Amino acid sequence: MSVLIAGISSLSLARWQFGVTTVFHYLFVPLTIGLGLLVAILQTVAYRTGDAEYERMTRFFGNLFLVNFAIGVVTGIVQEFQFGMDWSRYSVFVGNIFGAPLAIEGLLAFFMESTFLGVWIFGRGRVSKRIHLASIWLASIGTILSAAFIVAANSWMQHPVGYVIDPVSHQAVMTNFWAVMTNSTFIAAYGHVLFSAFLTGGVFLLAVSAWHLRKGHDVNAFGKAARVAIVVTVLTSIGTMFLGDNQAKMEEVQQPMKMAAAEALYNTASGASFSLFTVGNLHGQPLMQIRVPHILSVLATNTWNGKVQGINQLQKQAVQQYGPGSYVPAIWILYWSFRIMVGLGMLLFLLGGLGLWLVRKRRLEKSPRYLRFATWMVLAPFLANSFGWIFTEVGRQPWVVYGLLKTSKAVTPISPGYVAASLIGFTAIYSLLAVVEIGLSIRLAKVPPAIETPAEAERVPELIY
Amino acid sequence: MLALLTPPSGLEQLWFALIGVLWVGYFFLEGFDFGVGVLLPFVSRDDLDRRVVINTIGPVWDGNEVWLITAGGATFAAFPLWYATVFSGFYLALFVVLAALIFRGMAFEMRHRSTSERGVRWWDRAIFWGSALPALLWGVAFADFVHGVPVRADATIGGTFFDLVKPYALLGGLATLALFTLHGATYLGLKTDGDVRIRAHAVAERIAPVTFLIVFAFLAWTYQSSRTMHHTGLVPPLLPIIGLLALAAVGWLVRDRLEGWAFIATAFTIVAFFATLLLDLYPNVLVSSISPQYTLTLANTASHPYTLQVMSWVALIFTPFVLLYQSWTYWIFKKRVRRPGTTSDHQADPTSV
Repeated sequence: MSVLIAGISSLSLARWQFGVTTVFHYLFVPLTIGLGLLVAILQTVAYRTGDAEYERMTRFFGNLFLVNFAIGVVTGIVQEFQFGMDWSRYSVFVGNIFGAPLAIEGLLAFFMESTFLGVWIFGRGRVSKRIHLASIWLASIGTILSAAFIVAANSWMQHPVGYVIDPVSHQAVMTNFWAVMTNSTFIAAYGHVLFSAFLTGGVFLLAVSAWHLRKGHDVNAFGKAARVAIVVTVLTSIGTMFLGDNQAKMEEVQQPMKMAAAEALYNTASGASFSLFTVGNLHGQPLMQIRVPHILSVLATNTWNGKVQGINQLQKQAVQQYGPGSYVPAIWILYWSFRIMVGLGMLLFLLGGLGLWLVRKRRLEKSPRYLRFATWMVLAPFLANSFGWIFTEVGRQPWVVYGLLKTSKAVTPISPGYVAASLIGFTAIYSLLAVVEIGLSIRLAKVPPAIETPAEAERVPELIY
Repeated sequence: MLALLTPPSGLEQLWFALIGVLWVGYFFLEGFDFGVGVLLPFVSRDDLDRRVVINTIGPVWDGNEVWLITAGGATFAAFPLWYATVFSGFYLALFVVLAALIFRGMAFEMRHRSTSERGVRWWDRAIFWGSALPALLWGVAFADFVHGVPVRADATIGGTFFDLVKPYALLGGLATLALFTLHGATYLGLKTDGDVRIRAHAVAERIAPVTFLIVFAFLAWTYQSSRTMHHTGLVPPLLPIIGLLALAAVGWLVRDRLEGWAFIATAFTIVAFFATLLLDLYPNVLVSSISPQYTLTLANTASHPYTLQVMSWVALIFTPFVLLYQSWTYWIFKKRVRRPGTTSDHQADPTSV
């Protein structure tokens, strides 16, 4: 078996493995971040007002939060380990810089979220109500912090800063930690990631509440949850869109090829039109397009006639700068994942806006069509999150660290048999987890919460698990 | 790799020590989690018993596992080449560990929500195997670090899967499996009541002598073949001897119902066991069985001083908080877990330390 052939197929297997495990992991992460914060908010309202309905909603959505948190945790360990397993040459190259946020994430964020979540699950009735409330907030802050460190690490791959390349070891060596943690790419991406996570939580809360409202279960309590969810959905969908737009303008400067591919813009243009829809052939030549004049220039540069660079020109520049090779990522993936993400984001804004209008008209509970629509929209944030990351990661190719290390040079020199075995293994395990988790979540989401007397609600069960 | 000749810098020594503390802390804490999981089928007679057993680690297992994540992250950051070589070279073993930890972690959250008896059975199996396999494989891995695996000139591990499971490494795996199981038994003795507690004592008494024999054999072998005997730690072999003395005492401590002391004894043995291996390893991190030239050392795998400095500050500032609040949760949940409806006849139990 020649090393070259082994290298190539290990590479594609390792890329599939990273794609499968990461997309799966990231289905649960934003929901955990978003729902964690919303449960903390619901519990705060319950604590402040003593309102039994908010209390009920806290526990109802708390259960759904826990199930999803668990799956995020167990799939998260795979994320940390597979850098070394499948991407050992990457790990050696970036360890000086990339490893630090991972270690700090464990120390600052994971300890906090896991420890205080333990207190929250097992402490109800055993610790004071204040401490119980504080523990969900600390767990939620832990999830928000953990996102900061991992996005900082990813942003360094998108836009390396604060480093030099060691002339002897050829490793990237950190020279300025502050620069890494204040990377402009990180600031932009973190806001977008956080808001989309809160949006995911909001839409989930709304979707489940809408289902119960339509069925007439516990209408007062779910009505309150739905109102919180609608406000969150409106605010965070606006935030996500603005921050995403801001991020795209930054990418136009930092990774122009990604944005050119996202727009299937082959040649540099001023006053570039925005493509709404394209049918192309397999060679990437467009056959049919619907375009809106000037809008791409406005989106990318904030000016009516701004110059947007095209794929062909960027490819030529890249060859001059980095040597021969293709520097064009898979255009059709970028083009469509970008549109799906943005389209779903706008749809979610519509979902929130319509909800707000119905709430103001006092017609939310009497609008079965809206409630049904809201329930189905639960899928939208998950798809948008996945396509967002697919867009970001595929768009960086052929680089794993932009401009410094190609993905093909990052993979572990290992027999493809191992990678194939673990790829099949993880895919099988994750499929099983998905069936169990989605089945359980749907079951838990559909059972209306039991309405307890205050005495029943105060009872502390001997066994939780 | 001429770096073999380079002695590790102070910062590198510090980070080896810190990563050592993270691993030792992980095995001390998750050690009893694993033991509890392994003992689940043996100390329970019905579902309620099993729930009692699982609830003893319910609030803490996840926090304990973060020690592993942090150890992994710290190794990645402080010694990237060590991380890259080990994680890619122990590929299949790590895949098994990951799969085990996935099923185990899911089982804790899913088991009590399962509606069918069959489902519960499957989650019980997941807890048992998900605890036993990592307990075994971590010992295999640490024994391999010390005894050497075929590390090649390019810092990748050659050979096959079977180069990783030689007799010495297997004995190391059995030692950690036995040790963690005993640790779990002393933990259950401390954290449960009634029949489960009695059964946990019985198991501890029964497996303590076997555990002693296995651990003794492994440490004796380690001592015999130690390649760095001229270094600290093993000569005189104080640490392993004290560890073995503590282990020898466990049987008596359990018989005399000195539950707190029995737990401290197993905990101390685990600390001494891994500290012995790490000190024996120092200043290497992964011995090459092909040539000492290819052995990975602190100096030739470490990150640059700047990274280590930054991380030192972060660790210095935040570790005390983590230790404080994690200890606090053990304090909150210090009460024994009981079957619902039973009150203990050991209410005023004097057995805590």
